[in-house]
Amino acid sequence: MTVESSAARKPRRTAAGKAGTTGTKAGTTAGRTGATGTQRTTRSTARKSTEPELVQLLTPEGKRVKNAEYDAYVAGITPEELRGLYRDMVLTRRFDAEATSLQRQGELGLWASLLGQEAAQIGSGRATREDDYVFPTYREHGVAWCRGVDPTNLLGMFRGVNNGGWDPNSNNFQLYTIVIGSQTLHATGYAMGVAKDGADSAVVAYFGDGASSQGDVAESFTFAAVYNAPVVFFCQNNQWAISEPTERQTRVPLYQRAQGYGFPGVRVDGNDVLACLAVTKRALERARNGEGPTLVEAFTYRMGAHTTSDDPTRYRGDEERLAWEAKDPILRLRRYLEASHHADEGFFAELEAESEALGKRVREAVRAMPDPDHFAIFENVYADGHALVDEERAQFAAYQASFADEGGH
Amino acid sequence: MAEKMAMAKAINESLRRALDSDPKVLIMGEDVGKLGGVFRVTDGLQKDFGESRVIDTPLAESGIVGTAIGLALRGYRPVVEIQFDGFVFPAYDQIVTQLAKMHARSLGKVKLPVVVRIPYGGGIGAVEHHSESPEALFAHVAGLKIVSPSNASDAYWMMQQAIQSDDPVIYFEPKRRYWDKAEVDPEAIPAPLHKARVVREGTDLTLAAYGPMVKLCQEAADAAAEEGKSLEVLDLRSVSPLDFDAVQASVEKTRRLVVVHEAPVFFGSGAEIAARITERCFYHLEAPVLRVGGYHAPYPPARLEESYLPDLDRVLDAVDRSLAY
Repeated sequence: MTVESSAARKPRRTAAGKAGTTGTKAGTTAGRTGATGTQRTTRSTARKSTEPELVQLLTPEGKRVKNAEYDAYVAGITPEELRGLYRDMVLTRRFDAEATSLQRQGELGLWASLLGQEAAQIGSGRATREDDYVFPTYREHGVAWCRGVDPTNLLGMFRGVNNGGWDPNSNNFQLYTIVIGSQTLHATGYAMGVAKDGADSAVVAYFGDGASSQGDVAESFTFAAVYNAPVVFFCQNNQWAISEPTERQTRVPLYQRAQGYGFPGVRVDGNDVLACLAVTKRALERARNGEGPTLVEAFTYRMGAHTTSDDPTRYRGDEERLAWEAKDPILRLRRYLEASHHADEGFFAELEAESEALGKRVREAVRAMPDPDHFAIFENVYADGHALVDEERAQFAAYQASFADEGGH
Repeated sequence: MAEKMAMAKAINESLRRALDSDPKVLIMGEDVGKLGGVFRVTDGLQKDFGESRVIDTPLAESGIVGTAIGLALRGYRPVVEIQFDGFVFPAYDQIVTQLAKMHARSLGKVKLPVVVRIPYGGGIGAVEHHSESPEALFAHVAGLKIVSPSNASDAYWMMQQAIQSDDPVIYFEPKRRYWDKAEVDPEAIPAPLHKARVVREGTDLTLAAYGPMVKLCQEAADAAAEEGKSLEVLDLRSVSPLDFDAVQASVEKTRRLVVVHEAPVFFGSGAEIAARITERCFYHLEAPVLRVGGYHAPYPPARLEESYLPDLDRVLDAVDRSLAY
């Protein structure tokens, strides 16, 4: 199911430079399923390389390449749907840029940008069904968009007016999780529940290359495998965990970790929205069919800083970013849409106007977001109440009122 | 139809009743299935309710609590077992950062009715990590409720109430009292989960305790009575929330308070009780609130635990010191 672990010894950074342009055919012919040891050896020899396979359907130049294993999952895609994916990515990037600006203007305390990861998030997010359930980290703004979560809802916690603030069950999109990797266990437990209910829904757990080192992620792999839970582990390997490159997290390509747990792992070009859509659809299909978990490693790049508090110039150079900019997820789909005459100038112009309108709406919504009432501190600490919370709320109220009594403020 | 049974059996019966009456209740933990748990608290439950409801889990405490959170999000009511007190710490992150906070983070939209059962405390001659009392480490965390029964009847009813609670409950089981028997009436009307109970009335001093130390305090009260001292014994039952009104009412009557727990005294629940009761009863107190508990040292090897744990003489010593003011 996965390539030989000899690839492990290859430092990732060396491979990364070529990852986006790795020969797709070499990587995906001879189907993984049923490939014998001999075939694998032969193929490896033929490639004269130990680079991990990478599923790609659209090259950085926007050329559609065939893939025997995954073509079927995007075979019926219409030009309208392709334009839809493009629109999702553009609007998500615009929203993200607006949030970064709002942080710079002091309207948000912090922002974690998804710049560069639009294809991974939109491709996987659009693969989900309404009844599926998503467990995000704190950077899944594109997935939230696909799930129908109002983007302004995502900003409350970054503005500091709440610590989450949306109803996860409205869109089957769990609250953002800041503690790295914790949500993969929640996703696995939720998926165990789906299986108990006999439903054919599936669950997607998002996490990153940094999180792959967390014990919770390892435990979630164990639990998901042992109970054959219908969960897709979608790892966005954006190459950097704040300042630490992926080789500080792993000696094997991350998708190969799945092998040790007994479920398949696949690396997909995370800047290729079509490939991410296809690979996630396939993984979700396996989950629905009772075939258990899949690990998807979306090989992508965090084009921006970790968050607005981070300074990436201290640990990485411009040349790396430039190499990845050439593989930009939005640019490559645009090239494909244009070359195949699926979109005209009118479409792009209209989208530009829509983007600006979204930016304006987000800006206005954030600026209008009021500070919560002081007493919100004591709200929802418990579902069934707690005597101490009641006592302290009353003390706080009396304290506040004592100023009013003196005619203060 | 009251029946005399051991505390372990009472918890077992309570879990059985919950499994029977609510199909969403699940039991999860290490060895809880075929073996029935290392203390046999879940004995026979997997046989009667099946592997999908009484779940033997991988040996990973964070995984147990983390997946229980996911199951609760799906609408289940998991009751998870941590095999021993000292093994809860891999799950501490999930309990503190996730389980305790998700209701607030969702502005009340999400409820996590998860019960975490932890056999705790010493006195059984166990090896390291099998005798600890970490309740204060959980009581400090908003969003959690902490209870500990002292007898079989409370164990039965408090488990029913913990499972019915829409808040996460850490349910500390005094393992050295597992085999103590008491009447359990499954048709009784139980006291509210977080209310303390006066288990012996007295006039000279109040002994406040929970879990394994309630029995010790009753014995101390018996011994003191022979010396002509009348001690009131309060079973707190719940550490968070803590029934300060009941402690206050007792102290206003007796004017003296000694708090007893196995956990280390330093930053223990006795410290919080002392501070709050001093505030509430300053003009009633004839003596400072005294505490009897573990020392600021790792839980000692079994051959030393008798010297570490509160016992009859240490409680009576504190009683004498209080009465001497």
